[in-house]
Amino acid sequence: MLTPAEWAVIGLSLKVSLVATGLGLPIAFALAWALARWRFPGRFLLDGVIHLPLVAPPVVIGWLLLSAFGPAGPIGRLLADLFGVSLMFRWTGAAVAAGVMALPLMVRAMRLSIEAVDRRLENAARTLGASRTRTFWTISLPLALPGVLAGVVLGFARSIGEFGATIAFVSNIPGETRTLSLAIYTALQTPGGDGAAMRLALFSVGLSLVALAVSEYLTRRSHRQEARDVV
Amino acid sequence: MSFDVDVQRRLGDVRVEVRFSASAGLTALYGPSGVGKSSVLNMIAGLLKPDRGRIVVAGQVLFDADAGIDLAPEHRRLGYVFQDGRLFPHLTVRDNLLYGRRLGDVAGPVAFDEIVDILGVGPLLARRPQGLSGGEARRVAIGRALLRHPRALLMDEPLSGVDPARREGVLALIERLRDQLGLPILYVSHDRNEVDRLARSVVEIIPSG
Repeated sequence: MLTPAEWAVIGLSLKVSLVATGLGLPIAFALAWALARWRFPGRFLLDGVIHLPLVAPPVVIGWLLLSAFGPAGPIGRLLADLFGVSLMFRWTGAAVAAGVMALPLMVRAMRLSIEAVDRRLENAARTLGASRTRTFWTISLPLALPGVLAGVVLGFARSIGEFGATIAFVSNIPGETRTLSLAIYTALQTPGGDGAAMRLALFSVGLSLVALAVSEYLTRRSHRQEARDVV
Repeated sequence: MSFDVDVQRRLGDVRVEVRFSASAGLTALYGPSGVGKSSVLNMIAGLLKPDRGRIVVAGQVLFDADAGIDLAPEHRRLGYVFQDGRLFPHLTVRDNLLYGRRLGDVAGPVAFDEIVDILGVGPLLARRPQGLSGGEARRVAIGRALLRHPRALLMDEPLSGVDPARREGVLALIERLRDQLGLPILYVSHDRNEVDRLARSVVEIIPSG
């Protein structure tokens, strides 16, 4: 079936996507919470910036990341000065690119589920002696959880498929930044690479379908719960 | 005095303005729908901030605009039975009942088993709220509020959503709570019959401009 080199590509892609969604999860949740619950100046601007990767060309996002995280970029210089690290041409950079591209999908799913949490239930918890913190952990978060998980699954699937921002930001380096989509693209450019391209493509299609099914299941579950909440 | 309330709050075009003192037993807040009865309970519970005024329950100042006192809802130790039930859908009946008790700082006047017994919710403990009838859900909501070991009970139309056949059961239960537990109860209703039957004193709220 798959050759060791192809397995290595899949392994790298899974690592990049897991890190991207793992680090993206708390950021996405915090952003989703802020957008769903707080009114603050600049809210619409923040909403727009978060959604930018959904509508702007991925290559443009990659170029923006390059400008920010590159050796001359403000964040890149900060990372180099403080920690002596660079994301350039590294798999960590690929994870950042994938995370940024996945962020809007994660935020959207989480925001919807946070907005669907019945504030009256939170108030009830407060009257029963629960602090804001305890109310969050025992009421708000469990009720929003299916949507949060659906967001994670969608974000993961989006990360696996990332191409444009990654290649523009950290290039296409075998074993380091050549993730699934980049490997398929490279195989297509290589004479006799059709077989490898097809095998990797089939794998990614299968993975996407599984992710879609899981996220659909979670979304339906949360909607069912809402319907029951009306009692 | 178990309730000493003097509050004002503007809500859109409606001005809710209430002043009353109530001694022990059950006091009814009576008036037509939309006059702000629930808002008064929300202000006492700390879920709605009065524009000005003062709220004292069972000797403790919960809110005093002039003195800058405004206790958070979780520190007011009141049992609130909401008109819309508000049982937690993701918890079983047992966990709903115990939600307020887990923090149990004080030994309450009544034990869990006793409450379950009085309310007759024993067979429901393992179930989720969504399968309960209106009367069952109401009894669980009352139990949940009681197990928080409140210094007073706030009840907002506790008979709404309870089918007529079950009303008598819930009414008798409230009478038992009133007489046996000796908890001060503030009871919101628009039904004169309920009020006449249950209340020791009645505060009538009339619409104001």
